[in-house]
This record gives sequence, structure tokens and C-alpha cells, in this order.
Amino acid sequence: MELQTWTYLIVGITFLIYIAVALWARAGSTKEFYVAGGGVSPLANGMATAADWMSAASYLSMAGLISFTGYAGSQYLMGWTGGYVLLALLLAPYLRKFGKFTVPDFIGERYYSKQARMVALICAIFVSFTYVVGQMKGVGVAFARFLEVPFDTGILIGIGIVFFYAVLGGMKGITYTQVAQYCVLIFAFTVPAIFISLQMTNNPIPQLGMGSTVSDGTYLLDKLNMLSTDLGFDEYTSAGMGDRVNVFFITAALMFGTAGLPHVIVRFFTVPKVRDARLSAGYALLFIAILYTTAPAVAAFARTNLIETVSEKSYNDMPAWFSKWETAELIDFEDKNGDGIIQYVADESRNELRIDRDIMVLANPEIAKLPSWIIALVVAGGLAAALSTAAGLLLVIATSISHDLLKKSLRPNITEKGELLAARIAIAVAVVGAGLAGMNPPGFVAQVVALAFGLAASSFFPAIVLGIFDKRMNKEGAISGMIVGVLFTTLYILYFKYWGGTHEELWFGIKPEGIGTLGMIINMIIALIVSRVTPIPPKEVQQIVEDIRVPLGAGNATQH
Amino acid sequence: MNQKNLKEYWRRNLKLLLVLLVVWFIVSYGCGILFADTLNTIKIGGFPLGFWFAQQGAIYVFVILIFIYVYMMNKLDREFGVEEK
Repeated sequence: MELQTWTYLIVGITFLIYIAVALWARAGSTKEFYVAGGGVSPLANGMATAADWMSAASYLSMAGLISFTGYAGSQYLMGWTGGYVLLALLLAPYLRKFGKFTVPDFIGERYYSKQARMVALICAIFVSFTYVVGQMKGVGVAFARFLEVPFDTGILIGIGIVFFYAVLGGMKGITYTQVAQYCVLIFAFTVPAIFISLQMTNNPIPQLGMGSTVSDGTYLLDKLNMLSTDLGFDEYTSAGMGDRVNVFFITAALMFGTAGLPHVIVRFFTVPKVRDARLSAGYALLFIAILYTTAPAVAAFARTNLIETVSEKSYNDMPAWFSKWETAELIDFEDKNGDGIIQYVADESRNELRIDRDIMVLANPEIAKLPSWIIALVVAGGLAAALSTAAGLLLVIATSISHDLLKKSLRPNITEKGELLAARIAIAVAVVGAGLAGMNPPGFVAQVVALAFGLAASSFFPAIVLGIFDKRMNKEGAISGMIVGVLFTTLYILYFKYWGGTHEELWFGIKPEGIGTLGMIINMIIALIVSRVTPIPPKEVQQIVEDIRVPLGAGNATQH
Repeated sequence: MNQKNLKEYWRRNLKLLLVLLVVWFIVSYGCGILFADTLNTIKIGGFPLGFWFAQQGAIYVFVILIFIYVYMMNKLDREFGVEEK
């Protein structure tokens, strides 16, 4: 069968599964709509969290990024997993015990203030929206490339599917489709990796294959280091001295950002008990780690394969995938010295080949000459990753509007039925809005992922952690901390990304991607100082803090 | 649960968190970043050790840390009689 046919078939089957799951898991109440009724098992929640978390970027772009940057790519691997330790130890169990529906809910009640709720609400919507636009774009690209439908039509199909199960099922529908999507995406990611690992190192486990020997008896990584340095690139595994500060800061910003992302945090409201929240954070990271430890292996295999396939080879002998990606303008060959042979080297003036990093995961099975159905599977996996993340984010946007804005601020008397209807309308509007933005992404979106993490790290993480661990923390401290942290981080990123800040002006050489770490520290310091010179929080609030620190009695807290 | 017990429960919880977070910091920021160069001179199979920590080891340790936390906290909850029924 042709690749095209396989792709239609496999993507079609996975979409049917999502629809079937959505029909089965309809939401009948706001509690089901916001937190899946609080009855999701820790194992299912772990899978859903993993799918929610692993976006098109994790699935499609990360391995490619590592492939081209070697050791420096580690910041994404550690940054996007280490945050779960913080989440499990410092946030998840306590927020579960608190037992409301959203992150602004916690901020608003713990800091007994509508202003605090509004600040949190705006941050939550902004962070989620910038993120979701990228997912929609990913969906459009995957459709356009592999099903040969126009980009916009691809996004429309994506919107249609998400619309269906998000509006119908809310968090309940999203959770159970995410479980299915996790299975699809992890299968699709690991199967080609296993094949390639076998092919190159005779070891079926990619994580071990990466450290094994290749057919000529040398270790894969040694060989890759040699190939890289021969062409003038940095040694693949070497932790060069230069950018240590930035690897440190970016890793930290991603970790604290992860732990502060509303669409991840809200997943821990869906399990029945505090101990389930702890356990499901463990499962979530375990399921994420399967992909995150496979990705660096895929990266190393792909890099070796790529260099061996193209370097110093005749352009006319290039395999079919080469010209296919050339047509898509993601590979670009310019024969500078006119010898008809590809010189792929680090030196810009002599280098003749430009390769878009994002194609590595999609092109890898083809480069390794794997059968068509595996390539089709990879496409379905990419779509699963993008759709599951988009759905989780859209739910945060919708609940922020229907619950935090409407129910808790503007119209407290709204009925359960009215709120559920409002939630459905809000998510429908959010889905369509995100789709439209994905078709015409505002110029800033590509770069704002840094901003999303920076904001989550410098606003939510400190406010929540201090709210749990510092009983003395009051609204004055938390609000001023959040505002200063967010302003500092936003201005720093804007200044260096758009207002022409130069490299020499960077504070301690910290790039905008890593500044969230400093923003978080500033937030904490301001919050602690301000809270100590302003009145202590009221008795009831201190009682809330005492209460969330002990697991017993979590059931009652879900009362609306 | 009385005030004194609550204090003790919380103190034990914080102690556990501190130990686990120190390990969390050492494997990622320590072995994976600050000392990666030095560790890279040691090789385990085909892996330079610093590189292995940064791209594999730290992640495995993160997973193990959470499961240790789950186990220890469940034990602590039972000891103080605050586990959920």
C-alpha cells in the first residue's frame, strides 16, 4: 500500500476512536465538565496528564532540536521532566486537598481577593492561548504535509475533532480521549525508534542502543562525535563551557514553568484523593519519561544516519525523501563549489546543505528506510500529541471564563445548568478562536512559548507554593510578587526579542528563555518582604492553609 | 488531630521534601550541568557520564524520586492517622 493510503487509514482509525470515546464520556454537570467529576483513576490521569503535557513540540520538534544541538538540547529534556518532581512534591497533593476547579480559584480564595483572582485569570488565559495557537499550527502542518490537504483545511479538520469532544465532554471527554491519544502517540514514537535502534546497534531498547556499538565496532556516540568534529561541528556529547549559565537558567525556567502551567495543574483536581494526586504525578512522569528518554536516542540515531547518508555523497544519488523535503522547502541544497557533491559542514561559507530541524522525527523513519505504515503511524502520533494538548489548554481558557469570570466574579447567582451551558459556549468560542489564530498566527506566537513558560514560572509557581508553605503569606505580598515577577519577565523578554536589546546588555548573559527563573526568584523575595510588613491573613485563611496540609477529609472540599 | 501532632507531621513532611529536592538538584543541575564536563571523562559503556545524566539519568532519578515520595508520604499519613479512608 502507498504511504498516502496508510496515512489516511491510520489517522482515520485514530480519529474514530477519539469520537467513540467522546460519545461515551459525555459530561452531565459542571463538576464533570471542569474536573471530570473528580473520579479519574490515578493511572488514567497519569496517561491523560502525559498526553496533555506532551505537545506537538515535544513530539515533533524536540528530538530534531537535540539532534542538531547535542548536549545543549539536554535543557529541554531535564527542564520538561524535572518540573514534575516539583509538581508532585510541592503542589499536586495540596491543591487536590484544596479541591476547587481552577488555578485562579486557589489564588482567589487563598489570597481572599478578587484582584488576585483576576491577575491569575489573565495570566492563565494568556499562557494557555499562546500555547494553543502553536498546537493548531502543528495540526495544520501535519495535515498539509501528509494528507495533501491545504493547511487551512487541516486546521479545520483538527478544530472539528476537538470541538466535538471538548464541547460534549468537557474535562471528562478530554481526559478519556487523552488516554487514547497517549497510547497512540507513545506507540507511534517508540516503534520506529526500536526499529532504528535494532538496525543500527542490534539493541532493541533505544535508551541502551544509544550507548552501544554500531556495525564497525565503535560506540555510536564516539562515532557521532568523530563525524561531527570532522565536519567542524562541536562534539555531540561535550558540555562546552560557554553556555553553562544559560543551560542552567533555561532548565530551571522550564522546570518552574512546567510546575506552574494551569493546564497541567488542573489535571490533579480530577483524581478522587490526595494520595491519588501524588501517585498520578508519578505515573504521569513515568509515561512522559518513556518518550523523553527515547527522544535523545532518536536524536543521536538520526544525526548519525543523516550525516552518513548525505555527507560527501553525490546529489544525484540522494534517496526519494530528500527531494520530497526539498519540494516542501525544508531541505535546501546549494552546490557552492559546483562539484555535484553535498558538502555538509559547520563552516557557513562552505556549507551547502540547510535542513529544517523540525523534519527530523518525520523524516527519520524514511531516512532509515522503514516501511510506509510506520511513517503513517508517526503522523497519527503527531496529531494525537497536538490535539490532546490543544484540548487541555482550551479547557483552561473555557473554565477561566465560565467559572472564574462569570460564576465567581460577574454573575454569582448563575444556575448549575446555566454555568454548564456557558462553559460549553466558552470552549466552543475558544476552539474556533484558537483555530483562526492558528491559520493566521500573529507574528509573536512562534517566540512566545518562552513567554508562556516565563510567565507561568514567575507568576503561578511562587504564588501557589508560598500559599501552601508560608502561612504568613497575605494578599498584599502575593499580589505584589506576582505583578512585579510578571512585569519583570515580560519586559525582559519583550526588550530582548522585539525592542532590539543587544547581546551585551543581557543580565549576567541570561537569554530571554531563561529569565523566568530570575522572575520567579524576584517574585518570591518581593512577596516575602511585603507580606512581613502588612497585616497577617485572616483566621479563616490560616485555617485553609492548615487544612490543605493534611490529607484527611479531601472528599468534602470538592463542595462547590 | 491536635496542634502538636499537626506540627510534627508537617515537620517530617518538610524534612522528606528537603532530602528529595537535594537529590533532584544534584542529579540535574549538578551531574547534568555544573559538573557535566568533569563527569564526561568517565565512561559507562558508550556513554560519557555527564552526558548520560543530562539526557537519561536525571530523568530516571526524577521518576524514582516521585515514587519514593508517594511511598514515604503514605507511610507518614498512616503513622499519624491522617490517611484518607
